Amino acid sequence: MSREMTGAQIVVEALKEQGVDTIFGYPGGAVLPIYDAIFQQNDIKHILVRHEQGATHAAEGYARSTGKPGVVLVTSGPGATNVVTGMTDALMDSIPMIVLSGQVPTFMIGNDAFQEADTVGITRPCSKHNWLVKDTADLAETIHQAFHIATSGRPGPVLVDIPKDVQFASAPYKAKAKTSTARYQPQVKGDIEAITRAVEAFEQAERPIIYSGGGVINSGVASSQLLRELVTSSNSPITSTLMGLGAYPASGDNWLGMLGMHGTVEANLAMHGCDFMLCVGARFDDRITGRTDAFSPDSFKVHMDIDPSSINKIIRVDVPIIGDIGHILEDFLKVWKARGRKTKSAAIKKWWSQINEWQARNCLDFTNSDTIIKPQHALQRLEELTKNMDRYITTEVGQHQMWAAQYLNFDDPHRFMTSGGLGTMGYGLPASVGVQVAHPEALVINIAGDASFQMNMQEMATAIQFNLPVKQFILNNERLGMVRQWQQLLHGERYSQSWSESLPDFVKLAEAFGAKGILVSDPADLDEAIKEMLAYDGPVILDCVVEKHENCFPMIPSGKAHNEMILCDEETADAIDAAGKSRV
Amino acid sequence: MTLHLKKGSSRKSAYDLKNPLDELEETHTLAVLVDNEAGVLARVIGLFSGRGYNIDSLTVAETDAEGHRSRITIVTTGTPAVIEQIKAQLGLIIPVYRVNDLTVEGPSVEREMALLKVAGKGEKRVEAMRLADIFRANVVDSTLESFVFEITGAPEKIDAFTDLMRPLGLCDIARTGVAAMARGI
Ligand SMILES: Cc1ncc(C[n+]2csc(CCOP(=O)(O)OP(=O)(O)O)c2C)c(N)n1
Ligand SMILES: [Mg+2]
Repeated sequence: MSREMTGAQIVVEALKEQGVDTIFGYPGGAVLPIYDAIFQQNDIKHILVRHEQGATHAAEGYARSTGKPGVVLVTSGPGATNVVTGMTDALMDSIPMIVLSGQVPTFMIGNDAFQEADTVGITRPCSKHNWLVKDTADLAETIHQAFHIATSGRPGPVLVDIPKDVQFASAPYKAKAKTSTARYQPQVKGDIEAITRAVEAFEQAERPIIYSGGGVINSGVASSQLLRELVTSSNSPITSTLMGLGAYPASGDNWLGMLGMHGTVEANLAMHGCDFMLCVGARFDDRITGRTDAFSPDSFKVHMDIDPSSINKIIRVDVPIIGDIGHILEDFLKVWKARGRKTKSAAIKKWWSQINEWQARNCLDFTNSDTIIKPQHALQRLEELTKNMDRYITTEVGQHQMWAAQYLNFDDPHRFMTSGGLGTMGYGLPASVGVQVAHPEALVINIAGDASFQMNMQEMATAIQFNLPVKQFILNNERLGMVRQWQQLLHGERYSQSWSESLPDFVKLAEAFGAKGILVSDPADLDEAIKEMLAYDGPVILDCVVEKHENCFPMIPSGKAHNEMILCDEETADAIDAAGKSRV
Repeated sequence: MTLHLKKGSSRKSAYDLKNPLDELEETHTLAVLVDNEAGVLARVIGLFSGRGYNIDSLTVAETDAEGHRSRITIVTTGTPAVIEQIKAQLGLIIPVYRVNDLTVEGPSVEREMALLKVAGKGEKRVEAMRLADIFRANVVDSTLESFVFEITGAPEKIDAFTDLMRPLGLCDIARTGVAAMARGI
C-alpha cells in the first residue's frame, strides 16, 4: 500500500529514496511547503547558499567530486532564473544535476502572478529535460524520472517545476521501484563490430595517440582504470582535455599533458602528427581542435562517446563507437587481448623518440623572478606543498584556470572541478563549497582570479556557516587577465575594461566574513603563506599578488592549427590574422 | 619559435573520404514520432532555432490519442553533415520516440493540403474554375464573386496551382505543410 502524503512530503521522500544526503538551496514563497517538510526531517542536509547560482555550482562540485547527482532547490521567479547559468554549465560539462523549483499555484500560472516566470520555458534549452508537474499524483514518479534521466546516458541537468498548490495537495506516494525507466535507456554497450575495426586499426598504428575527455570520468572510476591499462599495455602516448584531467595520472609515464588551446607542445604536435587517434569520451570542442580543416590530417580516427550527436559533429571520424566508455573500453581490451595484444612496438618507440624531442622543448618553462611572484611559480609551489594530500581542486575561469591545468598534477579522477564548456567565472568558489560538503575531511582549494572570485564571493558566508574550510587561492593580477591577454594579442594592446579597479582588500574581506585572510606578494614569503593557509582550520582567502602582465602559453590562437602554437611573448607579433580575430 | 610539422594526408585520413558534393544542401523530410506531452513541440522547434537549422515546413498532430503520440513532419534543408546532426539532436530529445528520414529510407509519398480564395468575375472566374478542374481542386465555398478551393497534392503541385491562381484573383491562401509516409510496408 502506498502512503498518502502531501506533495512537499513526496518531494522529501523521493529524494531520500534516491539516496540524496545533501541539497543546496534557497527558500522563498513558492517552495515554503517543501522547506517545511525539510524542517521536519533529519536525513537530508540542506546547505543554504547565498545566491541560487551558488547552489547550482555547489551541486556541480558535489556531483563531479562524488559521481553522484547534485540536487538544487529554489523558489519560483528570481530563484528559478538564477539557476540558468549553473544549469547551462552543467549541460555543457555533462554534470548530473536535479533542480527542483517552486512555481506559483497552477490556477495562477499565466496571470503574471507575483514571482511567476515561465521556468520550464526558460530552462528548456539549458536542461536535458524538464517538467512542470500539475498534479500531485504525478510528482513522485516525475522526480524518479528526473534522477534517471539526469544520471543515465550522457549526464546533464534536469528541472522539475512544482506549483505551490501541488506541494500542498495530497496523493499516494509512488516508489522508485514502481517507476518505469524503460522509456529512456541510452545504449551502453558499444557495437562489437565497430570495436573490432577500431582494434584492427590500433594494432597497425605506428604513431598512436589516445585523447581522453570528461566522458571517462563520468563513466566511473573503473573506466579510468581500464584507460590506464590500455595506455600502459600498449605504450601509447595519452593526452586529455581539461575535463578529463586525472583519468590517466599526470605522474604516469605516457602522459603528454593537456592538449588544446593552452595545451602542451608535445600533446598538440602528437595530435597533429599521429596516424591513429583514439578519442575516448571527448567531443572535439573548438578549444581542442583549433582549425578543423587542419586538425590531425594524417590520422585514422576512432571516437568513443555515449552521445550519438557528438559523432561527426565537428570532426569526421573513421570508426564511431557509441556507448558507455567503461563498457566500450572493456570490450576493446578484450578483443585486443584475444587477438594477441598486437602493437607496432618498434614504430611506437620511434614515435616516442619524436615525442621526447618535443617534450625536451619544456614548453611550460617560464622566466621566474625573485622580486615578483609568477603565477606559474605560485602553482608549482602549491603543487609541491600539497601533492601528497587528499586534495580536491576547483577553479574559476581565466588565465589562472589554464595555469592550474598546466602546473597542478592530477593523479586521480574526480579531483579537478572546473567550468570547461561554458567557462563560467564565479564557478570555483561555490563549487569548492559543494566539494567540501561531500568530502569534509579533504583539502579543497579553489584556484581563483581576482575578477572571477568577486562573481560569487557571497558564498564565503556559506562556507563559514557550515564550517567548510575551503581555501581560496587567488592569483591576483589586478586584471581580467585572460581578456587582457587577448587584447594584447588581438586588439593592439588596447586594454578596454580589463583591469580590476577598486579591488577589495581581500584580507579584510576574509575577516569580514569570519574567515582568515593572508596576503603575500614577495616570492620569499610564498611557501610560508601557503603553509599558513593549509594549517588553518577554516576557510581562508589567500591573496597572492602576482605578475600583472604574464601571458598564458603555449597558445594556439583561435582559427590556427595544432602546429601553429605560440610559445612565448616574442612570437606573438602578427601571430593572429583577421580570420582568427573574429572567432571566440 | 613556431614548430612546424610536415602536413600531409594519407588514404587513412578521414578527410580523403570527404565527398566534394558534401557542401551541397539537400532537402530532407523527417517524420518524428513524439510523446504528446506539454512543450514537446517547443523542444523540437527550439532545437532548430537554437542551432540555426532550417525549417521549410512543419506539421504536427496527434496520431494516437490512446498512446498520446503525435507525429511531427519536418521538411528541412542542410548539408549532409547538418542533416545527420539534426537527426542525432532530435534523437536526444527525451519525448522523441523515433526519427525517420523519409528522404533516404526508401520511396515515400508527400502530400499537402491548401485552401485558396480566389475573387473575380467574368472570364477570370471561369478560367479559375477550369484550372481547378484540371488540378482536381474542390470548391468548398463559393459566392458570386469568390471561390475557396481545396487542393491536395505534393507541395510542387500546390505551388504550381498557386502560381496559376495569382493573376486570376488569388487573395488568401492557407497551407497545411507536408504530411509524409514511406511507401509499402
Ligand atoms: C561570467 C563570465 N563573464 C565573462 C567571462 C569572460 N572572461 C573570461 S576570463 C575573464 C577574466 C577573468 O579574470 P580573473 O578571474 O581575474 O582571472 P585571470 O584571467 O586574471 O587569471 C573574463 C572576463 C567569463 N568567462 N565568464
Ligand atoms: Mg585576474
